[in-house]
Amino acid sequence: MTAPSATTPTTRPGGARPRAAIAARTLRTDRWWLQPLIIAAILLFFIVYSTIRIFMAKWYYVEDYHYLTPLYSPCISTECVPGSAHFGTPLGDFPFFIPLGIIAFPIVAGFRVTCYYYRKAGYRSLWASPPACAVNEPHKSYSGETRFPLFVMNWHRYFFYLAALILLVNIYDAVLAFRGPDGNFGVGLGTLIILVNIVALAGYTASCHACRHVMGGRLKHFSKNPVRYRLWTFVSKLNVRHGTFAMTSLFTVILTDFYVMALSAGWFDDLRFIN
Amino acid sequence: MGANDPQAAGKPATKRQFRIWRGDENGGDLQDYTVEVNEGEVVLDVIHRLQATDAPDLACRWNCKAGKCGSCSMEINGKPKLSCMTRMSTFTEDETITVTPLRTFPIIRDLVTDVSFNYEKARETPAFAPPPGVAPGDYRMQQIDVERSQEFRKCIECFLCQNVCHVVRDHEENKTAFSGPRYFIRAAELDMHPLDARNDRKEYAQAEQGLGFCNITKCCTEVCPEHIKITDNGIIPMKERVVDRKYDPLVWLGSKIFRRGQVPQTSVTSGHSSGAVHSSGGAGGQHSHAGGSHDPQAELQAQKGVNWHREVPHPTAPAVDDRGKLPLTELTFDRAAAPSPFGDDVTFPLPPEHLNFAHPDQDKH
Ligand code: SF4
Ligand code: SF4
Ligand code: FES
Ligand code: FES
Repeated sequence: MTAPSATTPTTRPGGARPRAAIAARTLRTDRWWLQPLIIAAILLFFIVYSTIRIFMAKWYYVEDYHYLTPLYSPCISTECVPGSAHFGTPLGDFPFFIPLGIIAFPIVAGFRVTCYYYRKAGYRSLWASPPACAVNEPHKSYSGETRFPLFVMNWHRYFFYLAALILLVNIYDAVLAFRGPDGNFGVGLGTLIILVNIVALAGYTASCHACRHVMGGRLKHFSKNPVRYRLWTFVSKLNVRHGTFAMTSLFTVILTDFYVMALSAGWFDDLRFIN
Repeated sequence: MGANDPQAAGKPATKRQFRIWRGDENGGDLQDYTVEVNEGEVVLDVIHRLQATDAPDLACRWNCKAGKCGSCSMEINGKPKLSCMTRMSTFTEDETITVTPLRTFPIIRDLVTDVSFNYEKARETPAFAPPPGVAPGDYRMQQIDVERSQEFRKCIECFLCQNVCHVVRDHEENKTAFSGPRYFIRAAELDMHPLDARNDRKEYAQAEQGLGFCNITKCCTEVCPEHIKITDNGIIPMKERVVDRKYDPLVWLGSKIFRRGQVPQTSVTSGHSSGAVHSSGGAGGQHSHAGGSHDPQAELQAQKGVNWHREVPHPTAPAVDDRGKLPLTELTFDRAAAPSPFGDDVTFPLPPEHLNFAHPDQDKH
């Protein structure tokens, strides 16, 4: 990739021809640093919050109302509190250093880290590469996603497949949350919060660029695949809002988890509408 | 100054502060100007007024003043923009407006840069490959198959995206390996083209165009005056197409363990020497800085591949005067305008029997 290419004016022997001598890092006069700053704050908050919660190993399930936080779903260790292991406990005991959410968390984290939207957000706000358009980046050299470790970002497709499975698990959890303490149908504020979270997560997953590609983006002839063309058109419409879904679902996950934690810890009571 | 400017109805003209980069490859700096601005004007108008008044030797490039030729790219208050499409009304009256040349390309003078980097990359990108066995005129495509490619055809080659991309803007050394967003959408356009016969465009984009350098930070999309969704509709789909072939983790693991799995990629990577694509029919290897390659051999080659269904007159160069120049001056020329590219003896509409196109079904003789 570094073999000499065509003799362009910029690669002529004797070095590159000079650019305009402008010393300023950027001449932008707007507040270009504000957006990356806000995004960085949000991302860092989420990273810290979820790390703490993942290793907390308590307050993740509300037995009365069958609320399970998405951060611990599916819970498949024998240590999971009674009722929270919706899929049984095939893996038995976990050693203390393995968090209970070990199945979903690496998948969901990998899905978000390699997401095209979060890549943009992260490269800009956390890595300043570049911090904003037409603002010089501070790094001496740059190889993008051409080599290890960053080419791993190209595996997003496989995280997407796995994350779609986790979404199914979350939907199952949400269905179970429609029960009251007596096991019959019931709805509380928690149920609604979980439902909103599912909608946001589904929107985020379905609007994924990899989803758009596998639905039909990879085809050369839409006319020969009318059904996939329709799917592609639908996902393309969602895809325009992918960044919005990404950020919304980040907040709904935190909100859901916090609500479940608060109920489970007994900080306040669930607001019940039915049963 | 400004005495003969038409005073637009409405607001009176105001005096505005400008800082414009003046200089050449030996250096330069920002110089201050105070200039009159009328209602409804764009930055390019103001630059023209400066040329007419304070700075007659100020160099800038422009052509259409309608946002369609892509010549007037510059950086206005640090943002890459078309100066003919940047309205003065988007600035406050007391704002100093800084105008600089594109930063990524070598400077020629003042606001003019040498953008030949882009033309080199354009020549390196393999052209449309005609489908075998289908004659021109027999090409049939459905709208839903071509509409994705059509978005990229809107490109006016202003090179604002090439200029803003941090991969080359901040790292001159990447210019060899990186073609830039404008050529990623060119690759995507052809890879999505229903009749393009090449099937190695994904590998080419990865190995030769440096698609992996792009970290999808979307600055190209932000600056594109044609609002092409360069990243979402061009680069990311191309990256996904590369993933199909190259980054399947299982294939990668296999190649690490068995030292195999290179097979689908070598056809492109091994052909890398001069940066030109060798399979592009003889002409691709030439790098003339003057524009298209005037290689008679290649032109003949190109015509051979075309079946027009009938004898076609050869294109002939227009007549030149005894200095070898086109007689363009109105005073010495016998016609009102430049020679017609169709030949001066041709009038329109053409009689149907002189048309080069023959419909395969309806024109059976
Ligand atoms: S999205 Fe990629 S090609 Fe476009 S400006 Fe950013 S790094 Fe360059
Ligand atoms: S893609 Fe857009 S920004 Fe890039 S050269 Fe074309 S019109 Fe200009
Ligand atoms: S989840 Fe964001 S692109 Fe796939
Ligand atoms: S002068 Fe043609 S695009 Fe501005």
